[in-house]
Amino acid sequence: MTRASEGMAGKSPRRVSIDLKTLGPAIALLLLCIIGFLLNPAFISEGNLTNLLTRSAFIGIIAVGATFVITAGGIDLSVGSMAAAIAGVMIIVMDNAVETLGSGVPTVLLGCGVAIILGIGAGWVNGALTTKGKIEAFIVTLGTMGIYRSLVTYFADGGTLSLNFEVRGTYRPVYYDSFLGLPFPVWVFIAVAICGWLLLNRTAFGRYCTAIGSNEAVAKYSAINVDRVKTLTYIIQGLCVSFATIIYVPRLGSASASTGVLWELEAIAAVIIGGTVLKGGYGRIGGTILGALILTTIGNILNFTDMISNYLNGTMQGLIIIVAVFLQRSDWKLGKSKKS
Amino acid sequence: MHAETSAPAAIIEAVNISKSFGPVPVLFSVSMDVRPGEVHALIGENGAGKSTLMKILSGFHDPTSGQIRLDGKPASLPPNGAAEKLGVVLIHQELNLAEQLTVEENVFLGRGMKKNGFLDRVAMRAAVQKHLDEIGLDILPTDRISSLTIAQKQMVEIVKAVSRNARILIMDEPTAVLTEEETLVFYRQVEKLKNSGVGIVFVSHKLNEVKAIADRVTILRDGQWIDTRPSQDLTPDMMAQMMVGRELSDLYPPMQEVDVDAEVVLAVDGLCTADVDSVSFSLRKGEILGFSGLIGAGRTAVFEAICGLAPIESGTIRLFGRDVGPMTVAEARNAGLAYLTKDRKEKGLLLNKKMQPNLTLFALPKFVKNFTIDRKAEEDALQRAIRRFDVRTLDPEITVGKLSGGNQQKLLLAKIMECDPKIVIIDEPTRGIDVGTKQQIYHFIAALAAEGVSVVVISSEMPEIIGICHRVIVMREGHITGVLTGDHINENEIMRYAAGLKREELH
Repeated sequence: MTRASEGMAGKSPRRVSIDLKTLGPAIALLLLCIIGFLLNPAFISEGNLTNLLTRSAFIGIIAVGATFVITAGGIDLSVGSMAAAIAGVMIIVMDNAVETLGSGVPTVLLGCGVAIILGIGAGWVNGALTTKGKIEAFIVTLGTMGIYRSLVTYFADGGTLSLNFEVRGTYRPVYYDSFLGLPFPVWVFIAVAICGWLLLNRTAFGRYCTAIGSNEAVAKYSAINVDRVKTLTYIIQGLCVSFATIIYVPRLGSASASTGVLWELEAIAAVIIGGTVLKGGYGRIGGTILGALILTTIGNILNFTDMISNYLNGTMQGLIIIVAVFLQRSDWKLGKSKKS
Repeated sequence: MHAETSAPAAIIEAVNISKSFGPVPVLFSVSMDVRPGEVHALIGENGAGKSTLMKILSGFHDPTSGQIRLDGKPASLPPNGAAEKLGVVLIHQELNLAEQLTVEENVFLGRGMKKNGFLDRVAMRAAVQKHLDEIGLDILPTDRISSLTIAQKQMVEIVKAVSRNARILIMDEPTAVLTEEETLVFYRQVEKLKNSGVGIVFVSHKLNEVKAIADRVTILRDGQWIDTRPSQDLTPDMMAQMMVGRELSDLYPPMQEVDVDAEVVLAVDGLCTADVDSVSFSLRKGEILGFSGLIGAGRTAVFEAICGLAPIESGTIRLFGRDVGPMTVAEARNAGLAYLTKDRKEKGLLLNKKMQPNLTLFALPKFVKNFTIDRKAEEDALQRAIRRFDVRTLDPEITVGKLSGGNQQKLLLAKIMECDPKIVIIDEPTRGIDVGTKQQIYHFIAALAAEGVSVVVISSEMPEIIGICHRVIVMREGHITGVLTGDHINENEIMRYAAGLKREELH
């Protein structure tokens, strides 16, 4: 965000510190890549990098939605369960449609349509319960998290829902094929990221999200329809979960109670590492993308090296989250005196 | 210093204090001393450096140069309120109490009395009760802070300070949020503290109050020390002049008469809400209509309901001759009706954002072109607003919370005016701002009215209601008790209606 201030006081020292803050996640990712390369030069092989990007796509797409929710002062814990439930229903719908629609593209499109409608609906439920129902977002989404998770277990009867083998063949390229050298999930990730960035930084809606997260009363007095904007953030979140699920289902072709476990926390972690403030009022889509990449990169590097056990993946991610937030504290400005 | 030889030695002394924040100097070699048992008022316009000086006196800021002396010896005050241990206590304007804890827990927060390793609740309760009795405060040590009035909370802050053996009590606008009655109680407390030898520093924009309770007055202007004098040598007018450094004869702009045939732009009939009972009034084009009354009389509630900020139970609203039902805030704005809140910190401005997003937030749809925000137009709007409203800041990228109160108020005014309202309701236009900025705001309101905008001014400061309004409506307990025009607009009349001593037979 560069903003010209014409004729007024020239450049302020403040901007330098903000740039450092903004660049933090980028520098961290760069450092991680260098470490990865030093540990194992194969880290930067094309195959590994595309794999890394593809794997980041799920969390990344969901985290873009989470950026809106968190920026507007909310939180959504239900996304992982929501993804599992959507995947489960998608598979059931597609399997049942094979008889009438065949195993071709129409069935897959039907599945995707169902996913999008479910995502929007689930998001709306979260949003309406927090705004109209006036229940804390944490509690609402804790509740829906449990509900969605148990629904998928119920649908799968405690086991696994598997996609019809032929439909799987039709659907497979959505995860495994590439366009211009990049896998489809990465393209979806890029598209969602660009749309998210434009929406948050260039539209009135994005400004309203920031204002609401910053101070809801001020937003209300500034003629902002707070309930509608907040509900919309949850709908955007639901839509992002749909997209992530649509590209996730063809990967394994199945859904079970363990699908999408802990995705909500990874998404929130990506958002926070990226510099978005957890209590709202300040959101950065670019940072969120970097945050998602950082989380995946850590796991990837641990896979590549024997130095640290792969089982310590969570430890490393946790450390990174804590360090990132520590470095982003507002009074942590290089070359600037602290102010109490 | 100008200390008379007979005066007792100062407890705390600031000698040639200068302070800069980064490259921005805010205090230039300011000196001040506080003696035991005196009330020392610190006055100046917003941005004059009062807050900074208070924070330096209490250790929250370090001076860039100069010296703090405690009991005549150079001292360096520990930061972040630890100076309390030395007997120097700062009471912030936004009180610093844990809302969910009880009075006694707050008073002993962080230094509970212990017996056998456990908190000695009995002893603490007795100690707090003793202080409450001394001060004459009718609350229990076990009352929860959240259930107290603002005045009572302030008293608890004072009890807390006294229980920590405060020798110097520094208070930032202690009476800004108090009603007149509560203010009197507060004065009595100050008197008691004074007699027990505590030195009190307080900041106030109410010069009559300064005259009434201060022993000495220190005046700051633009970070410079102007004078320190016994208050009996000063009149409120002299203080105001020393604060702004110029004559203030034209505090209120000349009144322009409203055309009696001007169209009625807003007509409210029988408005009822939770706090308002059957309120009816009308407003003409170009009129400045004052709403007076005691705090809690329902003045704000009337206009929050009209502007869509609170639900309406019954009543009709005619806007520009058209019946409108309950509107949302956005609909009211689009119809040319804008409400400027009295609570600029909690409801008016996003304190952690810069000026620009704040300025355009209310009128944001105006800045949207092809679904995106036109940033160039926003930039231009900010430059215009800075010029039009004389917002003074060295750095336009500063977060709004760091602006002085006067500049915040100007920015809030600019924000509301950005949507070009035909009717603007300004709630407490000059709360907590200095006399120079007040003057600017009065002139601005008059200029708006002259342009044909209708202005409603809700204010608890009677002089300003009398000084700028064409017509005054007085409210009490949710009702309109009187409508005053012309020569009838005077403090006596307003007070009688506001206090319920007199009531007009309406309808």
